[in-house]
Amino acid sequence: MNSNLLIIIATSAVFYGTPLFYAALGELFAERSGVLNLGVEGMMLVGGVTGAWASQHVPGTSWFVVLASIVIGACASGLLALLHAFLVITLRTNQTVAGLSITIFGGGLGLSSYFANVWNVSEKPVSHPIRILDVGGLADTPIFGPIVFNQTILTYASWVLCVLATIYLFRTRIGLHLRAVGESPQTADAMGINVTHYRYFHTVLGGLLAGVGGVYYSLTIVPTWVDGMTRGAGWIAIALVIFGFWRPGLTLAGAYVFGALQSLSLTLKARNVHINGDLLDALPFLMTIFILVVLSSAWAKKRLGAPAALGQPYEREER
Amino acid sequence: MPRTKLHLERRLTQPRSLNWIVPLVSIVAALVLGSLVLVLTGKNPFSVYWRILDSGFASKQAIRGTLIAATPLAFTGLCAAATFRIGLVNIGGEGQLFMGAVGASFAGLALKGQPGWFIILGMMACGMICGAMFAAIVGVLKAKFNTNEIITSLMLNYVAGIILNYLIFNSTSYWRDPQSFGFPAGKPISSGSYWPTYEIVGIEIPFGFLVAIVAGLFMWFLYRSTRFGFEVGVIADSPGAAKYAGMRTRTKVVAVMAISGALAGLGGASDVGNFRHLLDAKGLQLAGYGYTGIVVAALARFSPLGAVFVAIIIGGLTNAGYALQGPDFQSGLVGTLKGLILFTAVAGEVLTRYRIRVRRADKAGAQA
Repeated sequence: MNSNLLIIIATSAVFYGTPLFYAALGELFAERSGVLNLGVEGMMLVGGVTGAWASQHVPGTSWFVVLASIVIGACASGLLALLHAFLVITLRTNQTVAGLSITIFGGGLGLSSYFANVWNVSEKPVSHPIRILDVGGLADTPIFGPIVFNQTILTYASWVLCVLATIYLFRTRIGLHLRAVGESPQTADAMGINVTHYRYFHTVLGGLLAGVGGVYYSLTIVPTWVDGMTRGAGWIAIALVIFGFWRPGLTLAGAYVFGALQSLSLTLKARNVHINGDLLDALPFLMTIFILVVLSSAWAKKRLGAPAALGQPYEREER
Repeated sequence: MPRTKLHLERRLTQPRSLNWIVPLVSIVAALVLGSLVLVLTGKNPFSVYWRILDSGFASKQAIRGTLIAATPLAFTGLCAAATFRIGLVNIGGEGQLFMGAVGASFAGLALKGQPGWFIILGMMACGMICGAMFAAIVGVLKAKFNTNEIITSLMLNYVAGIILNYLIFNSTSYWRDPQSFGFPAGKPISSGSYWPTYEIVGIEIPFGFLVAIVAGLFMWFLYRSTRFGFEVGVIADSPGAAKYAGMRTRTKVVAVMAISGALAGLGGASDVGNFRHLLDAKGLQLAGYGYTGIVVAALARFSPLGAVFVAIIIGGLTNAGYALQGPDFQSGLVGTLKGLILFTAVAGEVLTRYRIRVRRADKAGAQA
């Protein structure tokens, strides 16, 4: 029974951690280019609601609809990221406040809720949820079966993405340039790298990935739209980038820890374990603060590896 | 065809008129962008805006509702503006306001039977203390461990929301009305402790809004004319100089956060005293006062007195949202407009720092 419970927790850690990872990986790309985007929560929600809308309205076979929903949701979120990029890269506004404006604009009381009401998305469950895909019948394998092989296609894709992102960042020329832009845009510019293009591209890429995370919420976790359904996941994703030291692999691990924390209350309730549900709900947020405090102590600071130019606009004239 | 290029040129001086031109242009720009959203979703922007104007500002009744809606926003706007001067971003106004409401409703319930003015003072004090203590957590973590205040203050918003849920829905706490079984609700405070409204030149002004004006004046004075305000400015603009002059940076960080939280807490108290008269866990979380306060502060360009004034405009929008909400006026629309206003206010900041020049790309090469 106890090992069973552990397997269930591990399975839901992966299940609930996947959207966190998508959003965090997106933020990681943006931050590596030196752009802090606090709009993740808003982007996820807009991505989620457009994905749910697409799932109800795009005609075609189930597979096509799911794919189209993911793409449409990602694009909607990418558009918001483009707005953020315009504000902070072209207009050089304060990145913190600009990101907040994206979250307030898109968030649970804003555009995502308006779209949901105008399109009647929240009335019915989405018609084509992303289902769990049992790869080659391996889900019945003891212990690892349910954890690894009883997930959705987006989870499998996220593992590929994690490996690709690591190779991209640390083993390719473009990745090297990207890191240079985030560390010292002046130097990168002197090398002939177009700082503006790199920042725009990776900020929008971040938005696309956040959108996939949002679609995962509306099409997989609760296959019905609920206003503000990400409940702070976007903010936890931003913290995860810090916890993962701006590296995809560590971010994935962190996402699973927080996936487990987020699902703990549901899992234990279903198992009739009597623990205060509210305390469990608050746990991911309290843990975020706790880990942040530990990491921000002087000892960790030296090894953190935050991009040096994070949050600073680049003005060529003012070198 | 020669390419034209937008070029930003740094301003050497900032004309004072920008203080009101930029917010005005921002609001107009937000309405234009909003009409784009409305047209895309098949609505007539003119009729929607007309209805907002009509039910937000057009009658005495509307202005009364607008001022009541504006009161918590003035406080959360002040809350967001307060930390800006020291270079911190407090987006925990939401949670600090929740805790203020918890404290104020506790005082309102516990002091039952005392004279009205005494209860009202108690509610204000308790709300301020609770808000300040909740914000001080963020301040202490920032001062002691240099923890990112943006993320910690935001995480605490969710924690505060969960505390509200616990007090009203998931426990039999002091705040919960024991008579409410079907749908759990807060215990109402006695009518003797309702905050009054004053009629001044024919307009009913809620007591909370008057407090907000006083608080705005206080913040303006604090940052403009006191030693504390001066040191806060030095710490923000030149940390090295502040350290060399022996200013206590850490204490200031905690103090500013606590003041900011106390302002949001007063907002929570005003919500209980002037408006709901009980701890409304669901209503508070749906109102989004704290996040709207950031819009207010940004539009006021982080000036305390400006925030109180801007709160009336945004309060009108909020009030219209409450009044009109229905099948042909979707909830979320007002939030979208607020988001757009913040968006354009942020973009408008660029006008204060740069001149925008349009010039041909081929000439640009020659000039550079």
